[in-house]
Amino acid sequence: MTELPLIGEAVAVAANPRLAGARIGVVTFPGTLDDRDAARAVRLAGATPVELWHAGTTLGDVDAVVIPGGFSYGDYLRAGAIARFAPLMSKIIDAANSEAKLPVLGICNGFQILTESHLLPGSMIKNDHLKFMCRDQVLRVENNTTAWTGDYAAGQEITVPLKNQDGQYIADEKTLDALEAEGRVVFRYVGFNPNGSRRDIAGISNAAGNVVGLMPHPEHAVEAGFGPELGSGTEGLGFFTSVLNKIVGDNK
Amino acid sequence: MPRIVVDVMPKPEILDPQGKAIVGALPRLGFTAFSSVRQGKRFELTVDGEVTEEILAQARDAAETLLSNPVIEDVVNVEVVEA
Repeated sequence: MTELPLIGEAVAVAANPRLAGARIGVVTFPGTLDDRDAARAVRLAGATPVELWHAGTTLGDVDAVVIPGGFSYGDYLRAGAIARFAPLMSKIIDAANSEAKLPVLGICNGFQILTESHLLPGSMIKNDHLKFMCRDQVLRVENNTTAWTGDYAAGQEITVPLKNQDGQYIADEKTLDALEAEGRVVFRYVGFNPNGSRRDIAGISNAAGNVVGLMPHPEHAVEAGFGPELGSGTEGLGFFTSVLNKIVGDNK
Repeated sequence: MPRIVVDVMPKPEILDPQGKAIVGALPRLGFTAFSSVRQGKRFELTVDGEVTEEILAQARDAAETLLSNPVIEDVVNVEVVEA
């Protein structure tokens, strides 16, 4: 995984050489398809990606975990429902809830797996318009105090790709009100709600802010010339530099 | 061999996008009597041998933990069907 040549420049390495020692696990389930891109994003941010297999029973010495997008188990039963019971997921759930509060990021199918795991509230159902949608999507960073958003400004708008069919975020009104009141709506769709998500919610966090899930794909907007045409094209990189700065900060 | 049938439906308060698409298609085929459709799932769990209370309890447990997501769905029926 680490031998692919980089096309972009690993800008964060020069900024903070201490980041290179950080190890970010990237989980692969049967049917995962964005694990390579997620690992690449980790490397472009300046850290070391670590392959994690869903059937594994240990997280090793990783400092954070990314659960990438794709169609684990073909989305059979419900998106994320079968992956949620993979052996590695119980380790991730325990580590996320532990004192150490392992940072966990779920992207797209990874977000669906996190809701099925009850690490995040609510659920995703089919897009309200019933179609698969792929577009460059503007998001507003509503909370820049989570483990994965510290390098963004509060209220900053970023553009990253979005591609899903089961992306409509839903939860009951009480849960939605609590999420809003506690600042746990981390990302909101701006200008256009691509799937009918309640209150334009694109991503949320747990109460401690170490677990974040979102439907759009920051790992596809990390390399100049290969991301969205709107904005810099690399506006997803901040997710990965944020968690690295958090890890380095915690280890001071 | 006996089977345990588990029926799962989207919660009533949740708009069912698939049901909405189906109700839109029905009148195009001349089926005009139906004002709404909700689409659920039926699972058939085959049991080798007799369905004991313990096995039925396992089926109910599986229905709540894996076969349905309580955030969006309800288990509306668990019953034994003899072959």
